[in-house]
Amino acid sequence: MLYKKKWPALLFVLPGLLFLLIFLYLPFLENIRNSLYNMKAVVELPGSAWKFIGLKNYRRLLWDPDLRTAIGNTLKMMALTVVFEVGFAFVLAVLVSNVKRLQQAFRTVYFFPVVISATAIGLMFKLFYNYNGGMLNQLLNAVGKEPVNWLSPARAFGMVAVPILWSYIGFYFVILLTGLSDISEDIYEAASIDGCGRGRQVFYITLPMMKPVFATCVTLAVTGALKVFDLPWVIVPNGAPQGLTHFLGTYMYQQTFGLNDYDYGSALAFMIVVMGVVAAGVVGFFTREREV
Amino acid sequence: MTEAGNGNKVCRSGILIYTVLGLWGLSTIFPFAWVLLNSFKASAEVLNSSFALPETWILDNYVTAFSRMNIGTAYRNSLIISGSVTAGVVLLSAMLAFALTRYRFAGRRLVNALLAASLMFPVFSTIIPVYRMMIRAGLLGTKLAVILPHIAGNLSFATIVMVGFMKTVPIDMEEAAYMEGAHVFQVFGRIIVPLCKASLSTVAIFSFLWSYNDLFVQKIMIRDNTKYPISNLLETISSQYGTDFGLMAASVTLIVLPVLLVYMVLQKNIIKGLTAGAIKG
Repeated sequence: MLYKKKWPALLFVLPGLLFLLIFLYLPFLENIRNSLYNMKAVVELPGSAWKFIGLKNYRRLLWDPDLRTAIGNTLKMMALTVVFEVGFAFVLAVLVSNVKRLQQAFRTVYFFPVVISATAIGLMFKLFYNYNGGMLNQLLNAVGKEPVNWLSPARAFGMVAVPILWSYIGFYFVILLTGLSDISEDIYEAASIDGCGRGRQVFYITLPMMKPVFATCVTLAVTGALKVFDLPWVIVPNGAPQGLTHFLGTYMYQQTFGLNDYDYGSALAFMIVVMGVVAAGVVGFFTREREV
Repeated sequence: MTEAGNGNKVCRSGILIYTVLGLWGLSTIFPFAWVLLNSFKASAEVLNSSFALPETWILDNYVTAFSRMNIGTAYRNSLIISGSVTAGVVLLSAMLAFALTRYRFAGRRLVNALLAASLMFPVFSTIIPVYRMMIRAGLLGTKLAVILPHIAGNLSFATIVMVGFMKTVPIDMEEAAYMEGAHVFQVFGRIIVPLCKASLSTVAIFSFLWSYNDLFVQKIMIRDNTKYPISNLLETISSQYGTDFGLMAASVTLIVLPVLLVYMVLQKNIIKGLTAGAIKG
């Protein structure tokens, strides 16, 4: 009865909807259009009109060696997040769900880095990696070893991946732990009466029942890897050394706001969206298949 | 005999489990503790003996952070930005969710679809046109240039969380209030909002933290270092004073400490807020 008069609905929807349209949908569409133009200046000025160049930027994407590194790093990051972040978080969650004391304390401590900004964590790891007197080289020095250049071309990617993985394990840990606690105790009890041990229970009960939760985690991990920006930007700005640590986000930023190549940046941005949709689709396809 | 043996085994595996869990706990605490400790040392001392207690506890790094780096101003800027983002997201998402759960109107499904689809746009895909928009509107360099895209970036997800919750709120009380002569806006303000306090605080927490921790949008929209919010300032310190270990340690401590304090008080809500969407309820 109360909601029979429809006009108030418009008042409630309109402000939010306008926000979505003005700051998400129109820019998203404009971005696609921009990627097809040669944007001489970021804002069109008289005398510097943009020229339509068609798919030139997209052809350039195919032959850009630095982009290939960035895509490679992003794909590696996706794999690493799924295996180490979600995998290790699952191990921790199973262990914590098996202990009686300190459960809450572990949750609190493990989750803490998630709350801290990637910028601060990046700064912290810079202090660890520094060649002259960084924490790691001080440790090496203490055991009588030569200092190591932690951000050398061969090591840099791994050294950037570590804090990204480390800082988010607590996030997946909490999600998986909640999933674990949703599995009824009765099932485990029935299984142990039938003589199924703790280890086998993990494989035959926990893992199958957790599939939907894993699907959520893997989707978040894969799409999250596409959004990586702050941490590598702080630890190794501009993909240092030699562009080897570029991720899609940092590469797009550098091209756009570092080199003022706005149209190529637009094409890169659109490519990131496409990759996100494809990645989410692939994960969705596999997880749905198995649930049936 | 067997029972004792069994107990022993359980005990031993228990110790092993606690050791693994404890070690991981240590790995999350230790880096922060190391930074805190070194923030009280001169840079030269950090370089040589970063694991020892400071020879003399000094506050120079903190003094530098406030006087030379203006970290206090950066805090204020961040609080204004993230506070406005939070208020905007909470209000707009509550209004949207209210209309979407209480009214059947033409275009309702379209709005729902627009909300869900916009989750697939990472900030990269909209930032260049938004940047152009801010230049043309003369807003580049202002807090508003960060606030508006931050609200838009959180609004869809917040609305989806709010819709999920509002659906479960029974409609009886609203009907009763209507019978007594309340109009829709009173029902929204006096009944819906108070009933949704818990999920609104979830939305508030993740919007605030997301905005407070973001570097990307801040970096693009604000170039004047007297107007920097906190992440921006930290990045500058990192790139310009990267060899001043003491200052870096103090800066990290200064950004982590307030978050740590809030986290200790509100940890349950914060954990819930940041995992919202992944976990039902």
